[in-house]
Amino acid sequence: MLYRNGTVLIGGKLKKADIRTENGKIAEIAPDLNGKGIDLNGLTVLPGLIDLHVHLREPGFERKEDIESGSRAAVKGGFTQICCMPNTKPAIDGKVVVSYIKNRAREVNLCKVHPIGAITEGQEGKNLAAIGAMKKAGIVAVSEDGKSVLSTKLMANAMQYAADFGLKCLCHCEDGSLVDGGVVNEGYNSTLTGLKGSLRAAEDIVVAREILLAESLDLPVHICHVSTYSAVQLIREAKARGVKVTAETCPHYFTLTDDAILSYDTNTKVNPPLREERDRLAIVAGLKDGTLDCIVTDHAPHHEDDKRVEYDLAAFGISGLETSFALSYTALVKSGEMSLAELADKMSGNPARTLGLEGGRLEVGAPADFIAVDPDEEWTVDPGKFVSKGKNTPFAGRKVFGKVKYTVVDGEVKYKE
Amino acid sequence: MKRKDLLGLRGLEAEEIDLFLREGLDMKRLLKQNGKSLPYLRDKSATILFYENSTRTRSSFELAAKYMGAKVVNISAASSSVQKGETLVDTGKTLDAMKNDFIVMRHPMGGAPHLLAETVKAHVVNAGDGMNEHPTQALLDMLTMRERFGKIEGLTVAILGDIRHSRVAKSNLFGLKKLGAEVRMFAPRTLVPAEIGKMGAKICDSREEAAEGADVVMGLRIQLERQHGGNFPSLGEYARFYGVNDEIMKYASKNAIVMHPGPVNRGVELTSGLIDGESSLIEDQVLSGIAVRMAVLKLLAE
Repeated sequence: MLYRNGTVLIGGKLKKADIRTENGKIAEIAPDLNGKGIDLNGLTVLPGLIDLHVHLREPGFERKEDIESGSRAAVKGGFTQICCMPNTKPAIDGKVVVSYIKNRAREVNLCKVHPIGAITEGQEGKNLAAIGAMKKAGIVAVSEDGKSVLSTKLMANAMQYAADFGLKCLCHCEDGSLVDGGVVNEGYNSTLTGLKGSLRAAEDIVVAREILLAESLDLPVHICHVSTYSAVQLIREAKARGVKVTAETCPHYFTLTDDAILSYDTNTKVNPPLREERDRLAIVAGLKDGTLDCIVTDHAPHHEDDKRVEYDLAAFGISGLETSFALSYTALVKSGEMSLAELADKMSGNPARTLGLEGGRLEVGAPADFIAVDPDEEWTVDPGKFVSKGKNTPFAGRKVFGKVKYTVVDGEVKYKE
Repeated sequence: MKRKDLLGLRGLEAEEIDLFLREGLDMKRLLKQNGKSLPYLRDKSATILFYENSTRTRSSFELAAKYMGAKVVNISAASSSVQKGETLVDTGKTLDAMKNDFIVMRHPMGGAPHLLAETVKAHVVNAGDGMNEHPTQALLDMLTMRERFGKIEGLTVAILGDIRHSRVAKSNLFGLKKLGAEVRMFAPRTLVPAEIGKMGAKICDSREEAAEGADVVMGLRIQLERQHGGNFPSLGEYARFYGVNDEIMKYASKNAIVMHPGPVNRGVELTSGLIDGESSLIEDQVLSGIAVRMAVLKLLAE
């Protein structure tokens, strides 16, 4: 297959080139290759986006999302690989569920789906899950996402045992006793709305714990969805002294603040909560200086019934796959904070390196996973047009730049606008 | 009044608050003359929907509506049913279909009346939502102050008690600031909500500082059911270090009044002597409550 006339990101630079794919790999990248193909003139070609943090909800919560609808949303959003979190029902805590997800994803045949295994059985925080068996079945990491492993000793064991199988722990950092039912950031806006707040420290304390464990054990660790300025600083300092820590954040943490909660719109309810402007600025700075390696969606689709209730009762989460690229492009590249090549690193190269996945680069021999985007196209977020079952977004009506036009996985077009 | 609902004082203009208070003062005069069959809501119906226990506020709203001729239905739903039963949106649609003109709601979660208000055609009156607001309580407090002092502007109001969990403190803060009063607050640090100082309250370091020259000293109920987190060691220690007593009242202005939204924990927030003493307007607040709720219902219906 030949993809012609795109402006291709190669080695950090944009060059006019054609891409020839063969057996799912990139066979050639060069100007003016011979043959007919898909014309990408006027479009920018980037490595396929890789999302380390997605909730596909299947098995168990298919009313919110399933592997097919989630994969469809992924390729529409420019993702060629997604990693799905284990808080399904049953949880991804054994090889059967891992195999089920991988088989369903193959049948759906849109993007690559990599399951993430639970750290403990049933995510109950008691016994280690069958990490070895799950690795054999195809997990790419372990995580207790949605909560932290309460016992520090068990978390230390998990890091060590996972490392035996070459797996990293992806850590959702939250001290439940300090959160104590909080649903928003504790500060001016929690007082103004009367919604129960949760201190930054509830996140930071566990970020610090995981860093210290990784440091003591000399093992790698990955911090999920960083939302506070103080956690950015903890990670920055840890990296500076050589701790093998990587970290991710989400578009909502660098495009929104908790001012959004003043409407009581439950689409703004997310965990960790939206913070304040100083946090938002620190997240941007952390992305720029390399403290934060990856941008992920934390795609958390919900049924309308789960959101059209009192704020306290509403489910946490934002449906993010279909807005992530445009939000990030608009907030970080269009605004001049970073280059398109740097954004591609945050959304593709670094996620691939963080978990040792193939992909994340456009070069001969690499998987033919890439996207063609029109960076200058302005569009308005309309959840009614989402292909995800989850229409829950606080970005409805927001004008953004950057539209995904083609998503190519293993050389085949899986999405075309 | 153009406004459909009364959800809180934060979003109100000073003129609107003033209008409620003036109408409330008229109603209070009528009530003092035993005016209990007023015609203003004769063709209206109201449902009083309480998801939390209350006797005072619920009966106050019920009488306010009945004194003006409305048909009133009471629904008491246990807090637990919020989680298990019908959704609030569905309950609202049902009440709307029954041709309710008013839904007066108390709910344990902040923002619940906002969700109801955007769902229903009926006027929604917030009778207290979680830690957010309790607008009619603040209006009745201000009515009581205005009746006593002739004005709100320039008054110094000291609020002491569980401010963190208090929707009353916040509604009073928003209302009093809009009408030009100074608001001071004092509580154990564990019971002061984040950054409330930035909303115009002066956070004091002692009871004495809060009471110094105050025209109004308001105690707030220590809500025992909300103290599970160990916010202070015991009621005895609270009373000793944070309660209001005669010694503290010596710092207040000589015509200062003592207020409390009730129900009072005697000997905790305020000493019994103060509750029953000459400076106490706690009973007068009750009549102000009916008056101001009559005013709210009447003005929203107009």
